[in-house]
Amino acid sequence: MELQDLYFLIEVIIGGLMAGVLYSLVALGFVLIFKASGVFNFAQGAMVLFAALPVVRLIEWGVPVWAAIAAAAAIMIGLAFVIERTVLRPLVNQEGIILFMATLGVTFLLEGLAQQIWGSEVYRLDIGIPTDPLFLGEILVNGFDISVAVAAGLLVAALIAFFQTTKVGRALRAVADDHQAAQSVGIPLNHIWIIVWSIAGLVALIAGIVWGSKLGVQFAMTFVALKALPVLILGGFTSIPGAIVGGLIVGAGEKLSEVYLGPIIGGGLENWFAYMLAMVVLLFRPQGLFGEKIIERV
Amino acid sequence: MTRRLLATAGAAVVLAAAAVLPDPAWAQANEQFMPVLVYRTGPYAVNGIPFADGYSDYLNMLNERDGGINGVKLVIEECETGYATDRGVECYERLKGKGPTGAALFNPLSTGITYALMDRAPVDKIPVITMGYGRTEAADGSVVPWAFPILGTYWSAADIAMNYISKEVGGVAKLKGKRIALVYHDSPYGKEPIPVLRKLAQDYGFRFDELPVTHPGVEQKATWLQIRQNRPDYVLLWGWGVMNSTSIKEAAAVNFPRERMVGVWWSGAEPDVRPGGDQSKGYKALALHTTGSGATAHEDIRRFVYDRGKGKGKREEIGEVLYNRGMMNAVLATEAIRTAQERYGKKPLTGEQVRWGIENLNITEARIQDLGLVGMMRPVKLSCSDHEGGSRARVHQWDGQKWVILTDWIEANQKMLRPMVEAAAKKYGEEKKITARDCAKTS
Repeated sequence: MELQDLYFLIEVIIGGLMAGVLYSLVALGFVLIFKASGVFNFAQGAMVLFAALPVVRLIEWGVPVWAAIAAAAAIMIGLAFVIERTVLRPLVNQEGIILFMATLGVTFLLEGLAQQIWGSEVYRLDIGIPTDPLFLGEILVNGFDISVAVAAGLLVAALIAFFQTTKVGRALRAVADDHQAAQSVGIPLNHIWIIVWSIAGLVALIAGIVWGSKLGVQFAMTFVALKALPVLILGGFTSIPGAIVGGLIVGAGEKLSEVYLGPIIGGGLENWFAYMLAMVVLLFRPQGLFGEKIIERV
Repeated sequence: MTRRLLATAGAAVVLAAAAVLPDPAWAQANEQFMPVLVYRTGPYAVNGIPFADGYSDYLNMLNERDGGINGVKLVIEECETGYATDRGVECYERLKGKGPTGAALFNPLSTGITYALMDRAPVDKIPVITMGYGRTEAADGSVVPWAFPILGTYWSAADIAMNYISKEVGGVAKLKGKRIALVYHDSPYGKEPIPVLRKLAQDYGFRFDELPVTHPGVEQKATWLQIRQNRPDYVLLWGWGVMNSTSIKEAAAVNFPRERMVGVWWSGAEPDVRPGGDQSKGYKALALHTTGSGATAHEDIRRFVYDRGKGKGKREEIGEVLYNRGMMNAVLATEAIRTAQERYGKKPLTGEQVRWGIENLNITEARIQDLGLVGMMRPVKLSCSDHEGGSRARVHQWDGQKWVILTDWIEANQKMLRPMVEAAAKKYGEEKKITARDCAKTS
């Protein structure tokens, strides 16, 4: 292998890892809700769009960036209240599949509502994240990707600190471990759900800002949720580090496959390769690399 | 029992009659039914909305200004496809029989839906206009009588783009040894130009890389890393929707000059370049028509439609690339109906009659002036054998604020393309068991 080829391989791996971080940002939202309530929230992709649209439109109308982000955060917390009151509470103790179907309904509602209120065009979002390519010696790295990786790292550190060190975080973990036991010691389930959906909403907001800066804020952002699914299968539905590691593996794997296998078998395998990788993991570790093994005894 | 039986039989007769006989309201109406397949939702809505607005606004303008076409009012009904082929077919089936004479024509704005309608249109005798898209074989009307890729097929587009690039590099001979990459939407649409580009690569001696991007194209890093590695001299972009803006941004991320990107006419509208901001500066694309809202027809749309509160979109969107594209489609459709009315009378026409109008469409310079479209389009003339009616495009470049026209009209090399089209049409005809018409005997 020549030196140039080696540099290129490093570029592909770095590019893949950075793309993986972007997937992880979306996957984190899924994990948080699944961990705390056992609900697979199909609406997470729609929440990304729902959060990003007010940010970009408010900035367009002259609202300062920080105020637009704060307003969107308030909207997402408000949304958590509404979902808990109108969807989760009436369906408490229902089968997981019923709750999943309910989140499907929430998905279409959020997609339609967001576009109805804020518009369905493509909106340019520029909050000052650098986008110029950088050269580390011979290796090209994207400034945007580095900024996002740093932001994602800080987000994960904040989430871990929140779960490990705060009272609410401990309560969330207790609920995740055993709903009934948590309730029996006085942890209010409804409040916990509101908190966890709010946190997932804030994660969606960050993902929305990042993906919106990358793609422009538009409906197609909801498709990034599809990118998060293999990450979840790979990393496990209940593990925050799993979402990160899963994202990195999927990101690097799909880029390597597209660049090195694509020319041989015709290209366009970036999308399905991630799912194939996830399926292989499912065969050997159904709970994912970091997920909790569920043992049910009769 | 007998009474119930009679009542049931009576109801059945009434229902059957209602199904067979035309709707009395439609039967008396002097109205031409114009179905409009749109995608105002979904991942491609950003492109579908301005197109649909331009199409409907022009039809509404004719209704408001002239009372329709020669007194026949145009009745417009939109159906949402979401750019999905199954939903497009569903819309077609639902709308094809509406109106006093059925649907005048369809305009799917999707190569996937067009492929699906190619077998249905001849059976239902409804023409399909696919301006600047669809199946290239349809340019040969002797084999494909019901589809009309007017103004340009993807094969023409590929040839025009390469013609432009050859001029940039200093002539066709200088293409030898160059490397051209095609970044394409991995769909029937994106794959259409490949046969022509492969042939041109063989003829001119340039190296051709094919790089597919899967729907919807939100993640293309691997594709652009390959471009960084291969260092092509030019990149042709055959995308749609979010894929286009993502490609431009990824090009910037790997430092590929936007000036050396040339998009097809579906990759050269405002939604494709605005998300990139300064990164989109210098990006080029083919233009089927000019941009801008200064034509008399635009003025009439503002006056007769928007001033009366009947506009479909936003006033400021009038004149944008895809808005004008929608308008142009409406112009072709209504001029075809007008042409057909000269033969069949000033009344609502069937799809079969409108098909004749499309095939005999002849929009001259004088007619363009009458239509208030001076400078926006070139004359178009179709015939039984030629369903394309001219294949010219210009190249325009995004300067950060607006599209700037760079070239005069570049014509596709029909000497090379036509035999390829005829061969492809012949193959298509054999597959579908279609006997080609003798265009010399067609009136």
